[in-house]
Amino acid sequence: MIARLLDGVSRRTLLMLGALLIVLIAAPLFAGDYLLTVLILILYFAYIGQSWNIMMGFAGLLSLGHALYVGLGAYTAAALYVHFGVGPWFGLLAAVPVASLAGAFIGFLAFRFRVAGVYFAILTIAFAEFARVGFDHLGWTRGSAGLFLPVAQYAHNDLWNLRGHPAMFYYILLAATTLALIGCRALLRSRIGYFWLAIREDEEAARSAGIDVFRYKMIAVVISAGMTSFAGVIYAFYYNNLFPEQVFHILRSIEIILGPIVGGLGTLFGPILGAFILTGLSETLTAVLNALGVDIPGVKQVFYGVCLLLVITALPEGVWPWLRARIGLKERQP
Amino acid sequence: MPLDLYLNVAVGGILTGLVYGLMALGLSVIFGVVRVVNFAHGEMMTIAMYIAITLFTAFHLDPMVMLVPVAAVLFAFGYVLQTRLINPFITRPDTSQFLLLVAVAIIIVNVLLIAFGPDARSVQTTYAFDSFQVGPLIVDATKVYAGVATFIVAAALFAFFRFTLIGKAIRACADNYTGALVVGLDVKHLYALTFGIGTACVGAAGVMMVMIVDVTPTLGPAYTLLAFVIVITGGLGSMLGALAGGVLIGLTEAMAGLVFSPSAKSMFSFAVLVLVLLFRPQGILGKRAA
Repeated sequence: MIARLLDGVSRRTLLMLGALLIVLIAAPLFAGDYLLTVLILILYFAYIGQSWNIMMGFAGLLSLGHALYVGLGAYTAAALYVHFGVGPWFGLLAAVPVASLAGAFIGFLAFRFRVAGVYFAILTIAFAEFARVGFDHLGWTRGSAGLFLPVAQYAHNDLWNLRGHPAMFYYILLAATTLALIGCRALLRSRIGYFWLAIREDEEAARSAGIDVFRYKMIAVVISAGMTSFAGVIYAFYYNNLFPEQVFHILRSIEIILGPIVGGLGTLFGPILGAFILTGLSETLTAVLNALGVDIPGVKQVFYGVCLLLVITALPEGVWPWLRARIGLKERQP
Repeated sequence: MPLDLYLNVAVGGILTGLVYGLMALGLSVIFGVVRVVNFAHGEMMTIAMYIAITLFTAFHLDPMVMLVPVAAVLFAFGYVLQTRLINPFITRPDTSQFLLLVAVAIIIVNVLLIAFGPDARSVQTTYAFDSFQVGPLIVDATKVYAGVATFIVAAALFAFFRFTLIGKAIRACADNYTGALVVGLDVKHLYALTFGIGTACVGAAGVMMVMIVDVTPTLGPAYTLLAFVIVITGGLGSMLGALAGGVLIGLTEAMAGLVFSPSAKSMFSFAVLVLVLLFRPQGILGKRAA
């Protein structure tokens, strides 16, 4: 298993990944509160980007509604906690199936009826929007007034109830991102992974080669949705408040997918690099504008948009394939 | 509730739906020919809306007078955008194009936010509260004017695509890209024209919408989504379908707002979209893809 995971990975890649991991593990010791929140945000987007990449990057299914799975995860766990005192880790046992079921439902409808490409993307948006308005009117989760988790000062980190210092969330997300990277590598090197790539490249050819296209697309959606919902649970317990307008908004879905696209679609390290670039860029802009004393809403986002424009115009494949060649980490093609 | 009320709301919804249809028509034309999904469509409408509002506050120009000039400005915007920015992306994958237009959308929203601030603005015409009485129906004059103007613009567009040489050339590009190149059509120029026509449509729709809704810079994404819903409901690439989809969605929203709650209305238009995607993926008036 381990041998298969590592097969084709150069020593150099391993060393660099190891070094990065050590730096990230040590980071909270040196980082201030502000930098720590930025790092949490980066890992959050890296993890979700990795989950989204399973659908788009591996199986070629463009989902523009991943906020749905984040929101379902967040709301399921938070509502169970608020109403029944169910801890987040048990909540996760409900959140993952709920999100996976939603994914399976969308996938079932779409793939049965051959809804593909742009249509599929719009269908995913439609369901996320549907959930946004629906949760706005759902009394059990307090509708548009928002669902709040009880907040109190904790003397120690309560890992079991996810109450405590941001560093705890940081390490949870770091672990999740690392596991997601390894998991995606494993998936990509498995039978399922090869089937996904075949479907992504040419669905008809894959079907005629005997691949059960429907089944493997469904697997991609279900895994991706379930993984994403975990980030939702963390989101709920980190921010302690949930508003349908924020959680399910189309802009959240777009935020999620920018990282992997900028980093490099279908690559394993792309989502992580993309999260670092975009969140880093966004926070740097905030800092620079603060230093310059510019306080006009929107200025930062304009710069952000322009930078995005430049990146995609210059590097259509994403940053990672380009950078990988630069630092001599060309992966051997299997 | 009396039947009158339902009828009144229904007519209002249909008329608003026509303006929606014009907006969606722009998206449909762009997608049908250039094959680019304009993810900044609603944002382009907000540009037109703010031009209209600025001119109205400065010179008290009637929105109906501004219709053509604003559409012309948006045409130029679309033309330049296509030639400068989008053309190199024509052969790139969908996700690349999508990202490009998302970036454009982000820039538009926030430039408007910097220029005009986050507060809602509106246009109060002298006839804002006029209405026509037809039998038991009381219809807003503004919506009637907007509906009629939509019909004129749409008719002009149909005529353009059917009878003029350029219109035919554009349809040729849509039907067969390589073929159009082979017979010597300037495809890049025609694509830019098409994109311009699409943005001009959404510009005209925007000028009419300022009389119906309050405008904020962040209105864009919601209208982009609405345009998608309408175009897919009506049938991608079908011009009549876009108008029909607009009317259907306008009607659905109005009735949902009346029967349930105005804040839940978009849920019902999305429900319509889901039903259409599932049972008639080519849209109400679309042709089934081969």
